Amino acid sequence: MPTKWRATTAVGLFLLAVVGIIFAIMGLLSEPPTVNFTTNHAAGQPVDITLETLGTYGSGPHPTWVSYLTKSPEGQWVHTTLWTVPAHTRVNMTIYQYDSGSPLRNQQIGQVTGTVGGQATLNGKPFKVIDSNAGNGFAHTFSIPTLGINVPLYGNNANANLCGAAPCTTKSPHQVIKFSFTTPGPGQYPWQCFVPCGLGYLYGNGGPMQTIGYMDGFLKVSS
Amino acid sequence: MSDPATAGSTTPAAELPTGSQPEVHHWWRLIAIWVILSAILDPLFYFLAGPHIPPGRMTTTAGGAQFDFNVLLVIALPVMLGVWIFMIYAVVMWRASRGGPEPQGGPAARGNLAVQAGWILTTTVIVLFLAGFGTYELVQPGGAGGGQGSSPIWTPTSKTVLPVQVIGQQWKFTYRYPTFGGFETTQLVIPNDATIAFHVTSLDVVHDFWAYQLGVKADADPSYDNVAYTTTSQLGSFTVRCDELCGIWHGAMYNTGEVVTPAQFESWATATESRLAANTKLLPSFSYTYVPDANGADGGYYPDNVDPYSKVETYGATPTKSGGSGG
Repeated sequence: MPTKWRATTAVGLFLLAVVGIIFAIMGLLSEPPTVNFTTNHAAGQPVDITLETLGTYGSGPHPTWVSYLTKSPEGQWVHTTLWTVPAHTRVNMTIYQYDSGSPLRNQQIGQVTGTVGGQATLNGKPFKVIDSNAGNGFAHTFSIPTLGINVPLYGNNANANLCGAAPCTTKSPHQVIKFSFTTPGPGQYPWQCFVPCGLGYLYGNGGPMQTIGYMDGFLKVSS
Repeated sequence: MSDPATAGSTTPAAELPTGSQPEVHHWWRLIAIWVILSAILDPLFYFLAGPHIPPGRMTTTAGGAQFDFNVLLVIALPVMLGVWIFMIYAVVMWRASRGGPEPQGGPAARGNLAVQAGWILTTTVIVLFLAGFGTYELVQPGGAGGGQGSSPIWTPTSKTVLPVQVIGQQWKFTYRYPTFGGFETTQLVIPNDATIAFHVTSLDVVHDFWAYQLGVKADADPSYDNVAYTTTSQLGSFTVRCDELCGIWHGAMYNTGEVVTPAQFESWATATESRLAANTKLLPSFSYTYVPDANGADGGYYPDNVDPYSKVETYGATPTKSGGSGG
């Protein structure tokens, strides 16, 4: 190969590598929006957070991925898992769960921990432990490991006509899980789903399970 | 071969007046400074800093690691001192002075048989000693706190060993206590003055159980029982971290464990067994390894029918508890 072509090829590959690195860095630095629950929050009052989970987001770069969505204080569904909440405040969580369920890889996460009263409600009925091998199993969990919080989210029947695109409405089959917890001092606390729901990835723990905005997020506690 | 007494002198021996002695015996002076400083600093380091060298003395394996580090540092300190003393001495004694004569170096070390033989002999002795010492320190009852695989070679001498199963999963550790009904919890509590057998495994990718202050570190491999022994010797808390890059929340995969008195442990274990009973009965029977479904969300984790109980692991004097099963 002539020297001129060698040099051109080398420069071209170098530029490609640079562009790739820039895209990778941009991808790493970009993150979903943060929903702020501290604005207009009255001291001593609880914060209400409403989420939904669905089996396929339906659009965007990963339409087949499972995902969480967050309802902003203005009532808009936002594709994010980042929230700012006040410190030492009770948070009342309501999760509309639209995904199908399955037995857990580890039933240890089939129990409720770290919530007010050590329990949650499923469609209005309190529960502490559910056998994931019975019924529809679990679709996801809402877990903040550093705070000891774990709430399994009961699944829907996989044969039902499940919601396939965000945002889902309560016309689709769903489960409603409610629980409360108290925020700690200021800091950033990672939260995640512990059900390996990244279908098609090794051990189900790739893809949405490793992506902020889908099955991972941060609880940003401000002072 | 050159005369060590003149090595490094600014005045070549050849230029000294006939019958005069060399100005300074630099080698002997350097050796004297080195021996004196080493003799002072080595014991000072060992007795003052030594007890504070990580990972502490919370367990026999941690204490062993601390002792090993101290031995290494006591050996390394004179080597470091030798380099520093020579460097400082050279700067002070043989530096060029402003406006003075150009300094002249002493005989080259290359070709100096005494220097070369001394260097090779000293480093060989140190390295061989450390190889033997390190091997000896690894081969002791219960091993040195590292994972020994599923068939440990170095087993503890204690007749009662508490088995604690460490289960890594993306992204947290959970712990099963087979001698207390096989409950599984995110808390790691162990008794003092007890030999612990950590059975480390994983439900998904490779993790690494690193209980830093315990001096225990073992890979958590899926479908593999990696056993690490230690014997506790101090009360207190310790940190557990995953030490194998395992995904997005690898950095958050840590928790704090506690070494408590045997009475407190019994109390905690029985209370936790009772508190978690509803979920424990839903767990699979205790097994040293589990075979998860690798294809995604569906499927639980399954025992592979390995005998979950070892003959040496019968902690405590309550054999009726040794048959625990989650299933």
